[in-house]
Amino acid sequence: MKIIISNASQDPIYEQVSKQIKAQIISGELNEGDPLPSIRKLAKELQISVITTKRAYEELEKEGFIDTVGGKGCFVAMQNKELLKEKKMKTIEEHLSDVVSDAKKLGVNFKELKEMLSILFNEEG
Amino acid sequence: MHNVLEIKNLRKDYGDFCLDDISFSLPEGFIMGLIGPNGAGKTTTIKLIMNLIMKNGGSIKIFGKEHIAHEVEIKSRIGFVYDNPNYYEHLNLRQVKNIIAPFYKDWDEAIFRELVDKFQLPLKKILKKFSRGMVMKSAIAIALSHHADLIIMDEPTSGLDPIFRRELLDLLYELLQNEKKSILFSTHITSDIERIADYITFILGGKIIFSTRKDEVLENYAIIKGGKELLNEETKRFFRGMRISEYGFEALTDNVDNIKKALGSDIVIDKATLEDIMYFSNMKDHHA
Repeated sequence: MKIIISNASQDPIYEQVSKQIKAQIISGELNEGDPLPSIRKLAKELQISVITTKRAYEELEKEGFIDTVGGKGCFVAMQNKELLKEKKMKTIEEHLSDVVSDAKKLGVNFKELKEMLSILFNEEG
Repeated sequence: MHNVLEIKNLRKDYGDFCLDDISFSLPEGFIMGLIGPNGAGKTTTIKLIMNLIMKNGGSIKIFGKEHIAHEVEIKSRIGFVYDNPNYYEHLNLRQVKNIIAPFYKDWDEAIFRELVDKFQLPLKKILKKFSRGMVMKSAIAIALSHHADLIIMDEPTSGLDPIFRRELLDLLYELLQNEKKSILFSTHITSDIERIADYITFILGGKIIFSTRKDEVLENYAIIKGGKELLNEETKRFFRGMRISEYGFEALTDNVDNIKKALGSDIVIDKATLEDIMYFSNMKDHHA
């Protein structure tokens, strides 16, 4: 698991943590059943507060990404494949909507944007 | 979740300075930063908690018990670092330790040795020849050597270099791995506790400005920057302290959502640090 906290980010710290764990679950770097560090251990490692870490885990639990097993800690929850796919698509959709709003702001039209996307897509192989 | 420390309507009147109606509590297993500028009442509050001075009103409960009636029992479970440790200067650290250790039934010589080693403190040099940093480190080593459940530190980082200040934070994180341990940490160097603190209590002029979860503080407060044309009686109500320059203004708000609605995109909203909050709040106090 990899988590990097940025002080310059506008996102609150709990959100930076939950987003990064979520991304690693969606990408498959973290698998179903994988144990997560305890709240206090993670707080210490990231040098953030216990309450902040707790909130990050609570968010993940609410969204169904992790389960808390009393006395044993937190684990990556069983992921519904359909749901996971949907979540992946949603992530991309969010990024794309940022791109669309930027494009509109900067006066780039749909055709130009599409061209840009197709070049990038093919470059990535 | 119960409170290890519960302070209600605490009052201390010195005539020229009054600590007034101080109430806050610290839940078990967490760390609270007690912040405020010099002279705000941090040390007075801590002295009252430790029963080093007499209160004029209010109540203090530690581990659920009245702090004076159960003083001996309570204090054996507190690790205390005073901002100006007063040890016998003609003694060395080993001798000082030999005097203090018997007061604690859970004194742990091995931990003490480990910390002395870690902090590179000489055991045989008399304390008069210690630097301020070394005295602070000695006090911290002693406070952490008797398995205390509550650590109370008054300005423990003053006189310490940034390297040791960070090492101290590591020690505190280590301590907090045990969810039965709690810490009250007073400081005016807010960057020391900005990350580790779960709760922040902000004292100014003898009064509590807020005592709440740090995340909540950092979410509600923000620094607003914009052109002077935005300033009027209406908008000024949103601000807690303001700095006006020739080219614009900078102000602290404790309700960032309201500001967004009112001033929208004409302003820059920056995260406020605890230091910003302290600085701007203090300004309002004096120039309101």
